[in-house]
Formats: sequence, C-alpha cells, structure tokens
Amino acid sequence: MSAPLLALHGVQKRFGGLAVTDDVSLDIAPAEIHAVIGPNGAGKTTLINEISGVLKVDAGRILFGGQDITALSMPRRARLGLARSFQITSVVNAFSALENTALAVQARSGSSFRFLRPAATERALNEAAMSALEQVGLAARAETPAGAMSHGEKRQLELAIALATEPRLLLLDEPLAGAGPEETERLIGILRGLKSRYTIVLVEHDMQAVFALADRISVLVYGRVIATGTPDAIRANPEVRAAYLGEDEGAEAMPC
Amino acid sequence: MLPAVRAEAPAILLLAALAAAPFLGFGEGYMLTLLARAMILAMAAVSLSLLVGGAGLVSMGHAAMMGFGAYAVVILDDMGVTDAAIVLPTAIAAAGAFALATGAIAIRTSGVHFIMITLAFGQMAFFTASSLAGYGGDDGYTLYSRSDVLGLRLLDDRLAFHFICVGALALTWLLGRLLLASRFGRVLRAAKGNPLRAQALGFDPFPYRLTAYVIAGAMGGAAGFLFANATEFVAPAYISWQRSGELLFMVILGGVAGLHGALIGALGFVLLEEWLSHQWEHWRILFGVLLILAVLFLPNGLSGIPAQLARVARR
Repeated sequence: MSAPLLALHGVQKRFGGLAVTDDVSLDIAPAEIHAVIGPNGAGKTTLINEISGVLKVDAGRILFGGQDITALSMPRRARLGLARSFQITSVVNAFSALENTALAVQARSGSSFRFLRPAATERALNEAAMSALEQVGLAARAETPAGAMSHGEKRQLELAIALATEPRLLLLDEPLAGAGPEETERLIGILRGLKSRYTIVLVEHDMQAVFALADRISVLVYGRVIATGTPDAIRANPEVRAAYLGEDEGAEAMPC
Repeated sequence: MLPAVRAEAPAILLLAALAAAPFLGFGEGYMLTLLARAMILAMAAVSLSLLVGGAGLVSMGHAAMMGFGAYAVVILDDMGVTDAAIVLPTAIAAAGAFALATGAIAIRTSGVHFIMITLAFGQMAFFTASSLAGYGGDDGYTLYSRSDVLGLRLLDDRLAFHFICVGALALTWLLGRLLLASRFGRVLRAAKGNPLRAQALGFDPFPYRLTAYVIAGAMGGAAGFLFANATEFVAPAYISWQRSGELLFMVILGGVAGLHGALIGALGFVLLEEWLSHQWEHWRILFGVLLILAVLFLPNGLSGIPAQLARVARR
C-alpha cells in the first residue's frame, strides 16, 4: 500500500464514562473508498466529527498527508483539503444551489476578503460550481433555493458542495440517509462516478451501497475497529457476522 | 439583471423622493431639519442592518458608534479644528477603532450574550461621555460652528446640507449593498445561515464578522459626524441605550430581508414619531401601540408588506 493519505493512530474519545472512540487506528490509502460500517451507536459519526475537526479527540493522533492535524480547527482542516458532507443535510437554505456550490469554490480560489465586486458575477466561480452541480445531476436546479429542494436533491447538493472544494479527502456521513429508492439509485451512481478519482471515507447504513462501492471496509462496534479488509474478507469474517449483524439473522441481511 | 433592479427599486425610489423633497413642498427649514434627522438616523440604521440582516449580529450598542463620530466633532471643535477633511475621517476612524476593540470581544459571543455585551459597551461609552466635564458632561456641548468643506461654509446652507445627507445615505446604502453581494458578504451571509457549513468549507466566521462590525461602526461614525453638524449640539443622550434600541427598532420595523428595510424603517419611525407628537399630548402611548402592532402583524417589516399583500390576494 502506498503512504496513507489519512492515518488515525490510537484515537480515543470519551463522553463521560462512555468510550465512543476506543483506540481507533485506521489508514486510508489515496484514491480508495473506505467504508466505515457498524451498528447504531457504534461511533461512526463521532469518528467523522473527529476527522473533520468538529470534535477534539482525547488521545491519539490524526495525520493528513503526513501532517499532524490533531490540534487544527475545522476551518484549518478544510483548507488543507478535507471536505465533508453531513448526515443531516447542512446547506445554506437561503442560498440557491448555485450560490451554495459557488461558496465552496470560493473557499479554495483566492481571498474572500473582497468587498465590492458582486460574487454572483464571477464567472470562474460560477463555472466551477456548475460543473460540480452537473456531476451530481443538479445543473437544471442551479437557481432553486436550497430550502425549497426535496430531501434527495439536498443530498445531491451536499455532495456537489463537497466536490466543489476539490478536496483531497471526502468524508461522507451517510450520503444516502433518508433518500428514497430512486434517489438512492441515483446517488450510488454518482458515488460510483467518483470512485478512483477521489479518496473517500464513507459512513453508510445501506449495505448494498457499501459493498458495491467500497474498496475496503472497517467495522466499528462500540467505538472499536473489530475488522478492516476487502468487502469479501469482511463478508466472510465470522467475528463481524456475530458482533455486528447478530448471528443467523445477520447472515441473511449481509448481501452475498 | 431585471430582478436585481426590481429588488433595488424601493431604495432607489425612496432616495430619489428624498432628493426631490425640497422641490415638492418640503423645502422650509423645519421640514428640512426633520428630513436631515431622519436621513442621518437612516444611515445608522442601514449600517446596523448590515450587521443584523447580513451577519446575524444583533447589536444593542450601535448608538455608541454614532456617539464616537459625534464626539470626534466635539473634541476637534473644541481644539478649533472644523475642516471636514480632518473631522470626518477622524469621526470614522474613532468609531471604527471602538468597533474593532469592542467587537473583538463581543463577537466571540452570540445570541443574547452578544446583545448584552454590546449593550454593556454602549453604556460604557455613554458614561464616559457623561463624565467628560470639559465637553459639557451630561449637559452636552454646543458646537461653535458646523464643519467647513474645503474652507466653504457648505454645511450651513440648509439645501446643501440636505443634499449632502441624501448623498451620504445613498452612499451608505450602496456600499452596504455591494458588501453583501461581494465574496465577503457571501461568506458573512453563509455564516449567518449555517455557521457549521461555513466552517466545514474552511471559513472561520470570526474575521468576517469582525470586519463587518468595524465597517458598520465606521458608517455609524460618519452618521454621527453628520448628526453633530445637523443639531450643532452633542450630548451623551446620543449614545444612550434607548437610542441603540430605537435604531434596532427601525431595522426590525423596516424588515431585515434587505438594506432598504432599514431605510424605510428609519424614515417611517422618525416621521411617524414627529407627526404623532403634533396630534396628541400623550402620543407616546399611541406610538407604542402602533409599534407593537407592526411587530405582531408585519413579520417581515414594512418592506415586506407588498409580498404579504400578494400572499393574501392569492389565497
């Protein structure tokens, strides 16, 4: 494996007496889709929050591109190329889809301390934003206020915003959460289109999607990584079946 | 471009009406004095609206910005300096510096805490002004003369002063519009709408908010410079929390959806106050009731009335 783009070394986090992240070590290789799965309450979103900088870790180190980012704030990490989507859609409702995405482009192209020129007339920003919207199939809805979009469209927009920052690493927290069957289909198609072009950490409940997309999977249970491997290895791992999916019932739920 | 022009139409029409007012039967001294007062307070309200509507910073101490501008005029007047080329930049710089020093602390808080801390800084400025015995203390200070412009007694001419106020108000509004539409304003608005999203994109809201606070403060300082010149008198009452409350009320009365709301709110507030006070001795009771009704029934303020009527008509 080439040098990991993102590396977690012994990361720990406690909420009161509860260890939500318990000595987690992970290596994410460049250009891989690395899925993190686990039952509810396993600490998956907490892990994303720790990587993106929403939460400070109690112990351990997080390295991004070889640089220690453990102590950096969320905006600083974002500027290094760590983009994230949120499990609960987090867009600016008052902005159009285009302005939401253009804001993301703006974050990586020059100073935002520019005061007089209307940002909406900056062609470079708009073009890059439109191309991100096209990638997720939202180009036709560019002028629609985000607050007026359907849930599925907001999920697509969330993805477009993350892409528009041209991230080195994409943290996707349940990108399929709450999407209907058709929307799920479309979103999986979009994610497949990103494969091998982006390094992605994917937290997702939809096993079908995880096993279709992931190069490697880590299984998180009660804050601990109990297994990491290829989809086939994970599928065959008896410990995973027992701990995560619960005996026989799990054997059926696990796609083969 | 058309929808953009339509969005600006209320402000442009209002500014044009103000510019034309002296020729439409509002040219006598009393009327011009009243309009000047309304326009200067509208400047302060527009700058406050930049904070409230643009950045989500509800300041209860904005009168202090006007106060710093006004007291810069007083202190320089006392030193015999009345050249606007010196007085105006000093007024703007003084208010901007005060905004920078207090904003750097206040902006670390949010919500009710921000309101309280700006109120506290405003009161600090108020009590400091009250204690300036050399400048009249509580009683205030009467200027020897209005500021000169390029050695001319331009501000003494009522009509000229009227147009200077129209121009200053138009400039404040235009600058505010440009700021909100710029890259800077986009970040500011995003940080108001969804701070977590802004941070996840790499924007730390603090420097943007602080910059907006300083710009709005500087604009308030310019309004204070004009206010001192309009009344030729400055007193600590200019900085009182009641004045800050009035400014905030003007902004909310007009509506925070656009800067023109503050324009409409300020003019409506001052003119209604003046008109009512001539109708009835106990006018303040009526004024209070009207303001409460406005807040209850105009969720988007006076500037939101057309959209509200359109919704009712569709139903």
